[in-house]
Amino acid sequence: MNEPLSSFYATPSFSSHSAQHPYVYIVALHQHLRGSALTALQAAVSRLSMDVAALDCRLGVGANRPLRHLTNKISGQIHVQPTQLSFAYQHKSWSFAYFHTNHKSCAATLSLMAEVEKETFDIEKADLLVKELRKVYRSGKTKSHEWRVSQLKSILKMVEEKEKDIIKALQEDLSKPELEAYISEISMTKGSCKHALEELEGWMKPQKAKTSITTYPSSAEIVSEPLGVILNKAIWAQATDRDGASGALIGAIAAGNAVVLKPSEVAPASSSLLAKLLEEYVDNSAIRVVEGAVAETSALLEQKWDKIFYTGSGHVGRIVMAAASKHLTPVILELGGKCPVVVASDVNIKVATMRIIAGKWGCNNGQTCIAPDYIITTKAFAPKLIDALRHELVEFFGVNPLESDDISRIVNLYHFKRLKRLIDDDKVSNKIVIGGQTNENQLKIAPTILLDVPEDALVMKEEIFGPLLPILTVENIEDSFTVINSRSKPLAAYFFTNNEDLKKDFVRNVSAGGMLINDTILHLTVPSLPFGGVGESGMGSYHGKFSFDAFSHKKGVLYRTFKGDSPTRFPPYSAGKLQLLKSLMEGDMFRIILSLIGWSKD
Amino acid sequence: MEVEGDLEAGLDELRATYSTGKTKEAAWRRSQLRGLLTLLEEKEGDIFKALKQDLGKHPVEAYRDEIGTLVKSVNYALGNLKKWMASKKAELPIAAFPSTAEILPEPLGLVLIISSWNFPFGLSLEPFIGAIAAGNVVVLKPSELAPACSSVLAKAVHAYLDNKAVKVIEGGISVSEKLLQQKWDKIFFTGLDVFICSAKVGRVVMTAAAKHLTPVTLELGGKCPAVVDSLFNTRYKQVVIKRILAGKFGTCAGQACIGIDYILAETKYTSTLVEQLKVWIKKMFGENPKESNSIARIVSKQHFLRLKNLLDDPMVKASIVHGGSFDEDNLFIEPTILVDPPLEAEIMTEEIFGPLLPIITLENIEDSIQFIKSRPKALTIYAFSNNERFKRRMISETSSGCVTFNDTIIQYAADTLPFGGVGESGFGRYHGKFSFEAFSHEKAVLRRSFLTDFWFRYPPWNDHKLQLFRSAYKFDYLGVVLTALGLKNSKQDSSK
Repeated sequence: MNEPLSSFYATPSFSSHSAQHPYVYIVALHQHLRGSALTALQAAVSRLSMDVAALDCRLGVGANRPLRHLTNKISGQIHVQPTQLSFAYQHKSWSFAYFHTNHKSCAATLSLMAEVEKETFDIEKADLLVKELRKVYRSGKTKSHEWRVSQLKSILKMVEEKEKDIIKALQEDLSKPELEAYISEISMTKGSCKHALEELEGWMKPQKAKTSITTYPSSAEIVSEPLGVILNKAIWAQATDRDGASGALIGAIAAGNAVVLKPSEVAPASSSLLAKLLEEYVDNSAIRVVEGAVAETSALLEQKWDKIFYTGSGHVGRIVMAAASKHLTPVILELGGKCPVVVASDVNIKVATMRIIAGKWGCNNGQTCIAPDYIITTKAFAPKLIDALRHELVEFFGVNPLESDDISRIVNLYHFKRLKRLIDDDKVSNKIVIGGQTNENQLKIAPTILLDVPEDALVMKEEIFGPLLPILTVENIEDSFTVINSRSKPLAAYFFTNNEDLKKDFVRNVSAGGMLINDTILHLTVPSLPFGGVGESGMGSYHGKFSFDAFSHKKGVLYRTFKGDSPTRFPPYSAGKLQLLKSLMEGDMFRIILSLIGWSKD
Repeated sequence: MEVEGDLEAGLDELRATYSTGKTKEAAWRRSQLRGLLTLLEEKEGDIFKALKQDLGKHPVEAYRDEIGTLVKSVNYALGNLKKWMASKKAELPIAAFPSTAEILPEPLGLVLIISSWNFPFGLSLEPFIGAIAAGNVVVLKPSELAPACSSVLAKAVHAYLDNKAVKVIEGGISVSEKLLQQKWDKIFFTGLDVFICSAKVGRVVMTAAAKHLTPVTLELGGKCPAVVDSLFNTRYKQVVIKRILAGKFGTCAGQACIGIDYILAETKYTSTLVEQLKVWIKKMFGENPKESNSIARIVSKQHFLRLKNLLDDPMVKASIVHGGSFDEDNLFIEPTILVDPPLEAEIMTEEIFGPLLPIITLENIEDSIQFIKSRPKALTIYAFSNNERFKRRMISETSSGCVTFNDTIIQYAADTLPFGGVGESGFGRYHGKFSFEAFSHEKAVLRRSFLTDFWFRYPPWNDHKLQLFRSAYKFDYLGVVLTALGLKNSKQDSSK
């Protein structure tokens, strides 16, 4: 991969007293050198009679300096041939090439740039990365309250200052409307950060636990301690929002861990922006971003982590968990599943349809894990519901939704084709009642509603994750519970009704990660509710304090004094001791006294 | 249930029971917990006998570590069940107004509990209490290494509890393998079979669980250190020594996941410590510990030989300062103390899980923190000290499942503390309410009315709506009102 000029810096760092080479320059390249460029550098080192060891030693100082300072001194466009480069050195994700010349101002040439390839992140590098982070974690730095606060503040600052850039990246990847990006990504990340900052001290405080007569006299507390080094692997759908990456990132930092974040390669602009911004804003000795695809992910999964947080599909979820089992690493899996929306006939139909549309098409065009996947309603009510949906869709996105700026596009061609296949399925060809238009060039699919699709249609077999919405009909609304329970447990289940008894039955009889009555998506914004799946929709939960807890170990600490030992605890054992012990453990004071004075009942 | 067809039929029956919703009823949960209580009371004699047979456990020890602890836990669960089952109200932000939110625990479904042989009743029924309190249908697989206990457990559970919802499946590795191939909603594994390394079995369990995305709780072991500060030079001497001995030799002869594995003490106090330990071993277990009946035997020949082999290394043998005798016929090992065996010897790299107690000497007791930190995370750290600063350091600088100061084992009986490992010692926690939670899904339920909605929630989007969102998320109510009335310039603000 060719490197853009922006990641290439050169600066005179110090002058040498050698008459031959009055100036020594450092070139810092954002990525590691590889292949031909590295070979050229190594060859250059051997050709030049340079005191490499001495140079290395002095440059060590430069390597430890924040590179941002160096970038301020970029000089003009002086051409230097690669052969003049004298030494290559790698430090963290930076490569340094050093060269010397008689020219006072200098920079490397673009011809060198073309040869710089993107580093491959292999198992060895992953191993090194984890080792580095573990060392930092062991130093205890990330455990301090100050460190956690400073990092959370930096993230908050980053989101505030770079709001425009984030929105731009999202538009590039998903052509996400600005307002939608603001709601679902920026404001929520800010909200989580602020919430964590406000509550952190309380979360970190050891919790007093009551003690019983069995362990009397003692005191006990539960201490939240960080787990260590966390891998946080996000899905593309919400590359920067709290559900993909930063929500868990905030929890992991708040809990005092070192973190590696691996954003999804499917949203490249968001991924590289996140990498760039985090490098700029947070402590890179403990928080890192690794960009990449399958190879990088497998290299990361080979490593030993103290917790893995993964958002994505059930298929990859299984791979992640199997990989984690090698090192006995606990996992949080945020998967998806087909989230049902049950609509009873007694609803305020306008509000209900608006809320369904907002949750389905108004939020990343159905490409979220908690988007409504299908609707279940009664046969009698279906036509009314469809009419209402048709009407509101026009209100929201106009007559031609493909032209609307208020709706996100499909993330990439692969997913576009996957969705197209669902529409083109023979089993549903005559079931489309609204929409169905597609534009492959723009990766756009219009909001599409299908009525009474058969259970074995593709669209009902897999998670849709896109703008298609099948409607299933049942005779009685209660039958919907059976339909949902016959499938794997979804991440969210929605129910629209005004009937209190039905609501109760729904909550009681249907199992789902979370439940929302009379709305969609919104439960995600409530930090006091745990967010997470059950069964096929995942395991473990996060958001707010739950995120903090997810990345903490709850250590039970029991303090005992040297008093209050019952002799029954210790050998030699006897029948009398058994009697006294029974009474003690059951907290039966009367029997304790009886046993002690030798009047046991038995 | 050796035949696969039987197994599947059995599991189908359990699933069918679960889908009737019966196990979700508080009444059912109570009746099962009460049944368990009756079982423990009426079968006490059988349990004592089986434990004597399999492990040579004295009834007092059996009651202290198993029956008594279980009775206490069942009573605790019965007393708290209503509170545990109740939903918790959750606070709401303005964006969700007007609504109510709650967190409702629901059972997971069909759960598998695989337990261990060293506390065949305690480690089977302690998680079991949580599983039924949470309203699940349960399969319990006791360890085949304690066959008498396994059979008592199977018969008793069959006789006292609802067989359509709760089953005990007995058997060895092949049965475990078959069980692990099934789809469960939770697997709770206590693995203490050091012979094949508990962590290794834990890996097998988790890999199997990954196929079905089944959450797991792994209760493994590890080398639990006991740090002994200069305390045994004080008037508390007796108490410290007694508690150490009870935590090592008095708990299934050291075959306990939370038993003391080794002691860390300062060099200058070592001789006093050893001397005191010797005195009290005599007082507790008599001149001939084998005859005392107060110390359990080794569970199997395999384990006996494994422990014997630990001492075969001449360097290790040379470090024995007390005990060291083996009676292969009775699978009995004398309480044995070693001082400074080589750290790279197996006795210091593997979990000991038996009545061998190495003492590692340090120049300064504060070095113990570094010593512990450089090893895999233990299930428990014990520290005997009255130095508050040292205690605080121990808590904040080391990591372990739990920490107990100035005592041993007793944290197992504290219902209010989570019990569970971290890192190599496992993950997930149980006991008391934590057991209930281990077998529940916390379902978030948010209820909304159709009444109010921020009209700016819906597309088509414009700057005006963006401004309203900014204000709403900032809890800037005045901003919301001003923007809504058109008194605040939305364009200008959004470009900030």
